[in-house]
Amino acid sequence: MSPILLILVFIIATFLGYKVISEVPTLLHTPLMSGTNAISGVTLLGALVSTAFAASNKSKTLGFIAIVLATINLVGGFAVTDRMLKMFKKKEAVNK
Amino acid sequence: MGVYEIVAIILSLLVLLGIKLMSSPKTAVYGNQISALSMLSAIILVLVYNEIISMPLLWVAILIGGIIGYIIAKKVNMIQMPQMVALLNGLGGGTSAIVALVEIFERYENMIYFERITSQLALIVGGITLSGSLIAAAKLDRKIPQKPVVLKGHSILLNISLIVLCVLAIFGTLNNYSMIDIISISALFISILFGILFSIRVGGADMPITISLLNSCSGLAGAICGFTIGDPLLVSVGAIVGASGIILTQIMCKAMNRSLMDVLKGSHIADKTFTGEIIAVSVERDTQEEKKSVHDILQEAKKVIIVPGYGMALAQAQYLVKQLTDKLESEGKDVKFAIHPVAGRMPGHMNVLLAEVDIPYEKLWDMDNINPEFEETDLTIVIGACDVVNPAASYAEGTPIYGMPVLDVDKSKYVIVCNMDTKPGYSGVENPLYNMNNVTMLLGNAAETLKKLAE
Repeated sequence: MSPILLILVFIIATFLGYKVISEVPTLLHTPLMSGTNAISGVTLLGALVSTAFAASNKSKTLGFIAIVLATINLVGGFAVTDRMLKMFKKKEAVNK
Repeated sequence: MGVYEIVAIILSLLVLLGIKLMSSPKTAVYGNQISALSMLSAIILVLVYNEIISMPLLWVAILIGGIIGYIIAKKVNMIQMPQMVALLNGLGGGTSAIVALVEIFERYENMIYFERITSQLALIVGGITLSGSLIAAAKLDRKIPQKPVVLKGHSILLNISLIVLCVLAIFGTLNNYSMIDIISISALFISILFGILFSIRVGGADMPITISLLNSCSGLAGAICGFTIGDPLLVSVGAIVGASGIILTQIMCKAMNRSLMDVLKGSHIADKTFTGEIIAVSVERDTQEEKKSVHDILQEAKKVIIVPGYGMALAQAQYLVKQLTDKLESEGKDVKFAIHPVAGRMPGHMNVLLAEVDIPYEKLWDMDNINPEFEETDLTIVIGACDVVNPAASYAEGTPIYGMPVLDVDKSKYVIVCNMDTKPGYSGVENPLYNMNNVTMLLGNAAETLKKLAE
């Protein structure tokens, strides 16, 4: 994708993200944070491609580390968010 | 636009939908699952599209990371949430920095200027996020002191490293020689140093702002990394996370009455010491009567509001809070919780702790909605909170907390304060609440004092 298109994507995503996230109530700010945190592990995609096509062993090793870190971020983030949100959900069931 | 780009846009929209569902506790679980599923699809898409799905090296790395991530997520308890989030932020930043480094090592000669400058930026932002978050996590975990650590010439050091980083980024963009490896590694090294210097100077109570900001940075690093490798999915999702962090940072700054610059510069708010005297402007109620005992106050109260603060988290007193709530409710009293936006160490920290002990979220009220109710409340119980309930914020001009929105607990008929001591909170401003005659102080560890109340 050309740089100009990428910058356009960046601007639109920032704007949309800003709008959607402003509506999340303070009640859920911690899960929101850990959830978006998990999503920021999206760099995993970059890590996978870079590592797969890396020629030198130095790059492959670094890439390997990057994949491990990004996966911890993704899996850990989503799992912990799920745990937190289910605590909120559970309450609702009890109430009924 | 190719297939990849179209799918990338669809997946970005799904991530947005996931976040949108997070606006209500009822749908939030699905929201998170949708985000997670879109990420999983994105991974498979990338592996298939690039025909690298059969590489064992990638799968081994994913497996190791997945297992570690899963174990951490299951083991962490709710009080450790702030440091967990900080740690994950750091990993996200670290990944972006490493990917940028690999890209530079592998194909610097073939990069256009746009990719060169963005790869240097990803390196720098990622490096700062990595070390800054790890220091923040260590502080929150009390592995290193929570107090701001200020070195000699701290600001000068920060400024110098920032200038060096700019110079390195420019060289890294214009330079065409083999020097690029050294330049990039130095840039990474100095940005890590910068992150440490920046984070070590932030005090414990400013952590909600710092974590939010680092959250934003981890997204930004990912987006910039996406510029370098030309992946629209990285760019869009990174931008969404960046926006989320910025919103939270703004909310936190406003709720703490601090400008972002102040926090970044590490100026401790207690630096501006207020010399005047803060007088308790107590509403003269019950002056005729003897001061009632805690027992009587609890007995007579019909409407009760509980205000939790960081002290509750420290004392791990949320279970006792639940006990107390159950007891009060079994006696037919109406119990609500008033949550200040910066109570605790990260946005929404108190809500999670209370949800953990099965307190329904309908009972958790945010500041703007609960403030009008204090006037009709018989009893407010403050648990380990100081600055966020300091009435001086509305009149003590010149103090660091002047103008900061606080919970108007002083308006309720009686107040019981379960704090460790009567020392001022993080702001360093005396709390006149403690001297008002409708306020009873129960000093000591909140876990102990609450036990007495719950009996």
